[in-house]
Amino acid sequence: MSDELRPYTLVAELTYRCPLRCPYCSNPIEWAKRKNELDTETWLRVFREAEDLGVVGLNLTGGEPILRRDLEELIAGARKLDLYTNLITSGIPLTRERLEKFRAAGLDNVQVSVQDIDAKGSDRIAGLRSFETKLEVCGWVKDLGMPLTLNVVLHRDNLEHVAEIVALAERLSADRLELANTQYLGWALVNRRALLPTRDQLEASRKIAAAARKRLLGKMEVLFVTPDYYTDYPKSCMDGWGRRFIVVSPDGLMLPCHAAHTLPGLKFDNVRERSLAAIWSGSSGFNAFRGEAWMPEPCRSCDKRGVDFGGCRCQAYHLTGNAAGTDPTCVLAPSHALVETARGEALAGEAPALRYRSVRIAAAR
Amino acid sequence: MISADTRPRIASKARLRYDRKTGRTMLLYPEKGLVLNPTAAEIAKLCTGEHSVAAIVTQLASQYGKDAAAIESEVMKFLSSLAERGLLQEAN
Repeated sequence: MSDELRPYTLVAELTYRCPLRCPYCSNPIEWAKRKNELDTETWLRVFREAEDLGVVGLNLTGGEPILRRDLEELIAGARKLDLYTNLITSGIPLTRERLEKFRAAGLDNVQVSVQDIDAKGSDRIAGLRSFETKLEVCGWVKDLGMPLTLNVVLHRDNLEHVAEIVALAERLSADRLELANTQYLGWALVNRRALLPTRDQLEASRKIAAAARKRLLGKMEVLFVTPDYYTDYPKSCMDGWGRRFIVVSPDGLMLPCHAAHTLPGLKFDNVRERSLAAIWSGSSGFNAFRGEAWMPEPCRSCDKRGVDFGGCRCQAYHLTGNAAGTDPTCVLAPSHALVETARGEALAGEAPALRYRSVRIAAAR
Repeated sequence: MISADTRPRIASKARLRYDRKTGRTMLLYPEKGLVLNPTAAEIAKLCTGEHSVAAIVTQLASQYGKDAAAIESEVMKFLSSLAERGLLQEAN
């Protein structure tokens, strides 16, 4: 296998269950109810096979991964393989004792999300009283001597709080602050009108984040992830389809990204039935958008095609209905007007009410 | 700023890992990683907060039998690139 196609990161979505109901959740909207989660043994095998393929980093995520009772065991298994393991959590429901077990098992980094700078704003988005508990969890992480990433998903209602978010992260002694603008897929696409910021909001907060990054170098890493809707050119989504990432969904589908199974007409395999190596090299879903042969114009002759690998297939599908089309966030895309319209709506003022992640809405669709 | 007296320490969120696919050393941190060349790997292993930049240069110069000035420029270049990525922790 060439280095061109080597997975470095395994994203293990341990469960879609979550006590929070964030209206920008990246989990697929129809799938929140799915049961049939992989058992401990299968996950441990997945970790082993992933490491064998070249994976060095593991993100334990969900849903809410700490709802898995076997998380300690999974962390220990990952540690045995010397994987760099990052727990991506809301911090709910966690005890200090259990966090200590995670540390003892060899967890490398804890990433806790808050939704805003105070309980009122944060709990409104989470759909659950959780802010104060989350801060307590952050304190435990640092008390136990573990590296802490604070993650805040940004949107039009909290973008203007970036300076205060930085101050909060400093107060919590976070090692890393991830200011991640909402990417408009999954629940976030359902709520786009209520979440998409204006360009002015975005630029102002970007400047604040850049200044903080400079000021805090050596103390705290500050990351600012711009939403594709304002970048003119798409991101290299997942560093290119089936190039660097393996995502395994709670029920065992092996995917190039966490939303790939929402694309129609693609076949993805289950890790219960085939080895990761067989899926990585042989699955038709993984091969569908590798390389350049699938690219339409203007991508195929674009000098950026080796930089962005054609952008996001899920975005192309969910905005235009064609998964093989040019990512509409690209200024060169024939469908770019869709993104311009969305940006125009962001300027139009009064946003509609948020629709919260729920099984009920998912079932009604 | 990094000087000869600085005792560099890799940020606690990052750790080194041997990559058996390439034989290289990798520096891993949340969501990212760097593949280090052999000299960079040697430098990184010495960034524990105990050794000064001057001591690291001396040790590597004798280890590789190279000119200290050449090693020093390599060390400074690598450490600055780590610092820019937020991968060096300030000494307490």
